[in-house]
Amino acid sequence: MTTLTDPSKESFRLSQLVYDTRYRSITIQVVALIGFMAIFAWLISNTVANLQALGKDFNFGFLTVRAGYDINQSLIEYSSNSTHLRAAIVGLLNTLLVAVLGCILATIVGVIAGVLRLSKNWLTARLMGFYVESFRNIPVLLWIIAFFAVLTEATPAPNAFRGDDSAASMWLNETIAVTNRGTYVPMPVWHDGSVAVVLVFLASLVGIWAFGRYSKKRQEATGEILPNGWIKLGIFVLPTLAAYFLMGRPVGLDYPSLQGFNFQGGLHLRNSLIALWLALSFYTGAFIAENVRAGILAVSHGQTEAAYALGIRPSRTMRLVILPQALRVIIPPLISQYLNLTKNSSLAIAVGYMDLRSTLGGITLNQTGRELECMMLMMLIYLIVSLLISSAMNVYNKTVKLKER
Amino acid sequence: MKRTIFVGALTVAGLAAGVASAATLDDVKARGTLNCGVATGVPGFAAPDANGEWQGFDVAVCRAVAAAVLGDPSAVSFTPTTGQTRFTALASGEVDMLARNTTWTFSRDTDLKFDFVGVNYYDGQGFMIPKALGVSSAKELDGATVCIQTGTTTELNLADYFRINNLSYEPVPVETNAEAQQQYLAGACDVYTTDASGLAATRATFETPADHILLPEIISKEPLGPLVRHGDNEWGDIVMWTLNALVAAEELGVTSANVGELSATPTSNPEINRLLGTEGELGGMIGLSNDWAKNAIMANGNYGEIFEKNIGENTPIGLTRGLNAQWTNGGLLYSPPFR
Repeated sequence: MTTLTDPSKESFRLSQLVYDTRYRSITIQVVALIGFMAIFAWLISNTVANLQALGKDFNFGFLTVRAGYDINQSLIEYSSNSTHLRAAIVGLLNTLLVAVLGCILATIVGVIAGVLRLSKNWLTARLMGFYVESFRNIPVLLWIIAFFAVLTEATPAPNAFRGDDSAASMWLNETIAVTNRGTYVPMPVWHDGSVAVVLVFLASLVGIWAFGRYSKKRQEATGEILPNGWIKLGIFVLPTLAAYFLMGRPVGLDYPSLQGFNFQGGLHLRNSLIALWLALSFYTGAFIAENVRAGILAVSHGQTEAAYALGIRPSRTMRLVILPQALRVIIPPLISQYLNLTKNSSLAIAVGYMDLRSTLGGITLNQTGRELECMMLMMLIYLIVSLLISSAMNVYNKTVKLKER
Repeated sequence: MKRTIFVGALTVAGLAAGVASAATLDDVKARGTLNCGVATGVPGFAAPDANGEWQGFDVAVCRAVAAAVLGDPSAVSFTPTTGQTRFTALASGEVDMLARNTTWTFSRDTDLKFDFVGVNYYDGQGFMIPKALGVSSAKELDGATVCIQTGTTTELNLADYFRINNLSYEPVPVETNAEAQQQYLAGACDVYTTDASGLAATRATFETPADHILLPEIISKEPLGPLVRHGDNEWGDIVMWTLNALVAAEELGVTSANVGELSATPTSNPEINRLLGTEGELGGMIGLSNDWAKNAIMANGNYGEIFEKNIGENTPIGLTRGLNAQWTNGGLLYSPPFR
């Protein structure tokens, strides 16, 4: 008689959760999740309990209450009668303003410094090295304060412009006033008919784009290169100028002039904005310069030699051969530099720039006593702004990265 | 990612709230030092001297409380706070009390969950401007650039005053008095506005104080006083009555010079005896030793002495008593009886 024994059916034992590699990782994850949730729940209950102990509630009603304070730089209409919410929006717009300006300037500074640091000219390369190392290795807060101190202490007060033989005078034919309260520049004033000029200007931008396409096609077909730069400059300037004079000069300029305590008229660029903008740009620019240098060095030298062998000039080699390939390496770290710049702009209060941190996280928080609400709202806003920036940059990154076919 | 940040926020809030326990008196006694929040540097009110010792009118309140509670006026650790950080520092328990020219307002007392325990300086908001600008009234300030400390009541008064009078101005927000002074002297603002006492104190440190004037307008009531967290009434009572003891001492003629003598044996005035602990058990009623008020007065003298030493007419700051005189002299200082 033969007995057929089935292989014993594998039964699940609890110990397998620990000793069986098939289940162990799940066990660890579940334990970690439970632990995480426990900490999370403890934090919430702790917060609720402590808020209760302090007799404070958690609500955002204060946002609809009259703010009562004034903000010097505001891109939208704002007065002390507006709400805290509007004050927060004013602050957010100021944050975005300095972030956008900063990202643009930082990119320009960074690309120039990064390329020049690789220059064969010993002095240029060392100068750029000095710039990068000095800005990168000193905290940005100190740079912000330093820029602001220079702007405040080294420039004349509006009072110095008074009188016939005044101690200070305006620049560029009495149009620009550099004072210790900010720089006043002429501001365009739009009269009747200025719409036509603006439309022509926009049309000429389209024209430049269209010409670029045409010129590229023509070069691909015939190999001839048009003097692109000059033609584009012509399209940029000439039609708009013509429209400007044809319409009877509808766009005027409002010049700043000293009236009472301050300069009136024109556009007032406050020193707080300029200092913050320059400091953030040069600080971040130093990091971007290193990204750019790394990106360029990542393109093999053979590419340059090949381009030279084809007789392409060094400037075109850089622009057409090296940089497009380098961009693949440059863009990802560039995104985080943009994020850094945006987040670093929250140091604005050091120079009295009214950004989100100074309005919502500063005065509003202080006047209403809603620390937790203000802080969480501020974190959420910075988070959203950062995510928006990085997703926009990721889209751009997709267009330059290596296309796999 | 979003959740991580949420957790971070809650951690901060949770920890911050966690240390704010109820029995401040026990904490102070166990710690052996009083944590006192003061200004970052207003001459005469709170500023470190050449030896790094904090001195001033507000500092004296901290020292008196430390003397009353711990018997040692030097057992204070001072935390400099700005207009923006002071309330968080107090609410979170980082400091036990604030003595930092803070204005007593309704919302701070109720909504912000603090308790003001009294007024140690009756003040009002004023304007300081260089004489050379030829301005004699705040009504002439249309278009001026004004330096203003952020997170203060003065900021709100300023906005209201200019709006009511239909004047335009450009606010330059600064964080501390020192920053404001630097901006004002550099000419980055035409006017500096804060409590009139602060203006006088700041002006006293200028190279040529005579070149700057205070405009006659006082645009607000600014009762400045020490404050504690809401909810710990025992601790609030101690700070309140220490301040009252200093005021009462002046009224009763108890000074740092004669307090030792007066407290050695009972005098003929029963209120002095109760105050100094030679009669009755007032100290025990607030959980302190019976010589608490004697220690507080010995620390810096009575209210009048503190005033004269730090900000009075013989100091560079040169403030007159004005509203801050005893009620018997036409001022507002009026301590409830020690009975």
